[in-house]
Amino acid sequence: MSEALVASQAPGTDIVAPGASGARQFWRRLRAQRAALVAAVVVALLVLVALAAPLLTAIEGQDPTTYHPSLVDSARGGVPVGSFGGTGADHWLGIEPQTGRDLFARLVYGARVSLGVALAATLVQVAIGVLVGVAAALGNRWVDQLLSRITDIIVALPLMIMSLALLAIVPSSFPRPVLVALVIGLVAWGNTAKIVRAQTLTLKQLDYVSAARLSGWGTWRIARRELLPGLAAPVITYAALLVPINITVEAALSFLGVGVKPPTPSWGQMLTAADVWYQAAPQYLLLPAGALFVTVLALTVLGDGVRTALDPRAASRLRVGAGRKQEAKADQGGAR
Amino acid sequence: MNGLGGFLLRRVLGAVVTLFAISVIIYVVFYVTPGNVAQITCGPRCSPAQVQQVAEQLHLSDPLYVRYWHFLQGIVVGQDYSTGTSVQHCSAPCLGLSYQSDQQVTRLILAKLPVSLSLVFGAMVLWLILGVGTGVLSAWRRGRLTERLLTGVTLVGVATPVFVIGLVLMIVVCGELELLPFPQYVALTDDPEQWAWNLLLPWLSLALIEAAAFARLTRASMLETLAEDHIRTFRAYGVGERSIIGRHALRGAFAPVIALNANNFGGAVGGAVLTETLFGLPGIGQEMVHAVNVVDLPVVVGMVLVIGFFVVVANAVADVLYAVADRRVVLT
Amino acid sequence: MSDSQKAPSRGLVDVRDLSVEFGELRAVDGLSFRLERGAALALVGESGSGKSTVASALLGLHRGTGARVGGSVTVAGVDVRQASDDALRRLRGAKAAMVFQDPLSSLDPYYAIGDQIAEVYRVHTRASRRAARARAVDVLDRVGIPDAARRSRSRPHEFSGGMRQRALIAMALACEPELLIADEPTTALDVTVQAQILDLLHTLREETGMGLLLVTHDVGVAAESVDEVLVMRHGRVVEHGPVKAVLRAPAQPYTRELLAAVPRVDAPRAPSQTSGEVVLEATGLRREFGRGKRAFAAVDDVSVTVRRGETLGIVGESGSGKTTLGRMLVGLLEPTAGEVRFEGHARVGVRPSVQMVFQDPVSSLNPRRSVGESIADPLRARGERDEQSVRGRVAELLERVGLEAAHYDRYPHEFSGGQRQRVGIARALAADPRVIVCDEPVSALDVTTQAQVVALLGELQRELGLALVFVAHDLAVVRQVSDRIAVMRRGRLVESGPSDEVYDNPRDPYTKQLLAAVPALDPEVAARRRATRREPAVT
Repeated sequence: MSEALVASQAPGTDIVAPGASGARQFWRRLRAQRAALVAAVVVALLVLVALAAPLLTAIEGQDPTTYHPSLVDSARGGVPVGSFGGTGADHWLGIEPQTGRDLFARLVYGARVSLGVALAATLVQVAIGVLVGVAAALGNRWVDQLLSRITDIIVALPLMIMSLALLAIVPSSFPRPVLVALVIGLVAWGNTAKIVRAQTLTLKQLDYVSAARLSGWGTWRIARRELLPGLAAPVITYAALLVPINITVEAALSFLGVGVKPPTPSWGQMLTAADVWYQAAPQYLLLPAGALFVTVLALTVLGDGVRTALDPRAASRLRVGAGRKQEAKADQGGAR
Repeated sequence: MNGLGGFLLRRVLGAVVTLFAISVIIYVVFYVTPGNVAQITCGPRCSPAQVQQVAEQLHLSDPLYVRYWHFLQGIVVGQDYSTGTSVQHCSAPCLGLSYQSDQQVTRLILAKLPVSLSLVFGAMVLWLILGVGTGVLSAWRRGRLTERLLTGVTLVGVATPVFVIGLVLMIVVCGELELLPFPQYVALTDDPEQWAWNLLLPWLSLALIEAAAFARLTRASMLETLAEDHIRTFRAYGVGERSIIGRHALRGAFAPVIALNANNFGGAVGGAVLTETLFGLPGIGQEMVHAVNVVDLPVVVGMVLVIGFFVVVANAVADVLYAVADRRVVLT
Repeated sequence: MSDSQKAPSRGLVDVRDLSVEFGELRAVDGLSFRLERGAALALVGESGSGKSTVASALLGLHRGTGARVGGSVTVAGVDVRQASDDALRRLRGAKAAMVFQDPLSSLDPYYAIGDQIAEVYRVHTRASRRAARARAVDVLDRVGIPDAARRSRSRPHEFSGGMRQRALIAMALACEPELLIADEPTTALDVTVQAQILDLLHTLREETGMGLLLVTHDVGVAAESVDEVLVMRHGRVVEHGPVKAVLRAPAQPYTRELLAAVPRVDAPRAPSQTSGEVVLEATGLRREFGRGKRAFAAVDDVSVTVRRGETLGIVGESGSGKTTLGRMLVGLLEPTAGEVRFEGHARVGVRPSVQMVFQDPVSSLNPRRSVGESIADPLRARGERDEQSVRGRVAELLERVGLEAAHYDRYPHEFSGGQRQRVGIARALAADPRVIVCDEPVSALDVTTQAQVVALLGELQRELGLALVFVAHDLAVVRQVSDRIAVMRRGRLVESGPSDEVYDNPRDPYTKQLLAAVPALDPEVAARRRATRREPAVT
């Protein structure tokens, strides 16, 4: 549902990098935004946690799948024994009601799933989108028509429903997180393809591409040397905004019980039964919800920052507090 | 008006083609799945005889395109299912039989559809008002504290998963503050007042999240429009700030908002799964989850088609509204 | 500052010691001038001279932006800097109205033109909606838009460029202002349309007694329309005086330089040495775009020849097909019919011997590559692997076009427009071509830079014996460079021949019309031409 949001926030198709020498300028502009920097640090931390999950749980001495039935009071329906839902030296963040599984371990391994699946799904979307988009823009009219029709259909397919449906028919023997990533990727590459096609069409018209043809280079060489670098900016911007959306989608699917299935922990999964337990073990609800919130927020802010760094002209208008000062600068540029 | 009329026609034709293509894809994907289709469709508790019957009813011995043809026929004209002893007529549009729940898929969906539509329409009105309103306010008060606050709030809104907001609302409003009872669905035709009260929390949860996205989009579009040359023209003619924002800058946000709304509306009919699940609303989304869990193929296929239909229609409507909002599109 | 408050300002516009700063940039520095009621003044300058900033300052458009404005500006009795927001709003559009450069982006694309004009009218009067719309139709009719009542319901993109500019002028007229400020009103228009718009402004001034402040980079436009001229450079006044005096006998060296660089339509050209050998020949070229009912021919049955050592000028307005023709000559576009022969052999597609110099200095060079690499491209495409020899050749070329070998590793954004065009020329030369097709190579440049690049092209032609095809819309520039001319209109060739012949004795009525529309640098000549143009013209 919010995929369209990203589509509508996609960078304009006229990003011809205004003469900046690429990477260095980008980093400089990114560093200049405090919010994005903070977000980047948070994201880096999350990635670290996810990668170091085995290490962290080893330090704690627990793992995400072992049941601890002794720590829950089955007489009272599975409420954790001990204060604060079973928090203590052994279980840093408490335990899961009914099963007694360690929450810290589940949370930390859940980070792996969330980030991993979202990243993989984004990669699939970008890969297919770029391929289809470039082919449509460079091919003849029939190829373009065909690919554009296919793209339209993919865009029309409702994400949640198709994911639900596809996840139903594949047997459980297939590794679930990989499947979820693939499904999300296959169902939602449409908008990426549209953006790539539009940008490639614009780039194709630029004079320096014509000049490359006049120099004697062949189509593939031109596509590689002149067009692909021009696509980097909009694709990266779009991908940066896709990642938080994919995290949300994976969480939603797991919440519904069709995504990542137990015993593999996932933040969405942890939320499924949480509403019943919030009084006895509030962290059961708050931890995964909080983790999701922080992750998506940090990634969204970072994504905004990336977009600003790559297209300073549009971004200067969108910056909070930009107001009328920026309009003056825009006017000045037009003044002769 | 010929341009607009021709444009309309082309879009409608395009929508029909897309719908057709979707139906083919869905059908192929699902009925060409690995495993014994008849077995899966019938369900785990079927005897071999029943499975055989299902296989006949689904024309599984025929080649794929013949099966698809029967499927299409069913949608357009209706189909008859014989069980050897009796004949069940499934009137158009017939989306098949759900063997596991022993119902016609179309009837099943039609029973659940009003719930989902109630949810989505109500939420849509709310999210448009809240979202666009907030966006306009942000753009009007740009550069000031109000804008910073609103931007922060919308950012939080975008990052919060819908079920978290719903949960929080339920816990706070129903559990702690006890302002409202826990929602239970009441049909509009039964009791409009109760219908609205019970849907209030679900509407709010869905609307708040979507409103955040709309607020961001509206603000961004308006700010982009404000930097364009024609705004400078009207300022140079002494047009007041209120007219500039309300008449000219807002107009620039129409097209993107319409496009986004179509997408979100179409997707939300089925995609409001989370909200339905959370609040226990017997809508399409929840039924879909159930069908997926028990692998009730005909229901899954039928639902995807119905929702796909809504998405395509919503997009076609949006395309038309888009063209009315921005006449330049008609020329392409 | 208190001085200007004491001395009464009698004129329509009274600017004293105006300065405008954007951050560290001082766009206008100590400018003063007066404009009497009903008089016309032109601010002339190249890009970066600050002339548009001055125009914006007259309406106080910098208020609320980060710009710092100093000095005093009084327009129609209103002290723009000190006025309240309300007073300023009352000034804008009602007493002084501005006409902007690009009419397409200056109008709201979503609303009908009549509605936009009506909106402006209602801001300043208490008129009802109906009265305002009637006024809009009235004023659209006055600026010469046919069927004004119906067209007032159209949106801007449904108008042609000239009509749009008229509509903008109509908006300016709606509240009967005392001053009309026109910021480059004709730069985006074809030369014939430009003439019409300038005539319109002249007529309106005669009828209403409005004052006119015209901002332009085109000295000819100034000569046509105003009584006084103020030449600006880097935000300062260089010269100020009656237009006849300044244009005939400029006092300042910069003004003289500026005027010398302006190409003239009536100046004969030094003939070039040509061997007469035909190097490029196009026969019966035709190119269609679109499909079915919407198909149209951008180029229709055009045949031209290009000889060694000679320059062929292809001139035409927008929509004439000259750019399409240029691309077909080079092989970037396939003709739908007809053929192009190079040195006698018919060929399809691009060839290193026929190269192109492009119009837009921004998009003609890959921003991610250094200029040296861009120039080296044709060499590398040919298979040159030896780094030393490649670098050496590029260094040679860089120096040949007036840049330095050390510029190899710099990026395009570090260069000015004129320098980037030189890089483009160097790149074209790297392929050792026999023919270079130049597609509007100087249109985006200032007049002084234009002259330099044109001179460079001439030098290279003489030295290397190149054949040049010069495609442009500016008749004067084309005259300067071409030996032979082809005039195009709506895809067809209407006239061709040696340039002196075509310019001095045009045969086709369209060519005559084109030549009559070119702004003259002498105000008296301009007035005479205007009288001739008063005959009905073909739009």
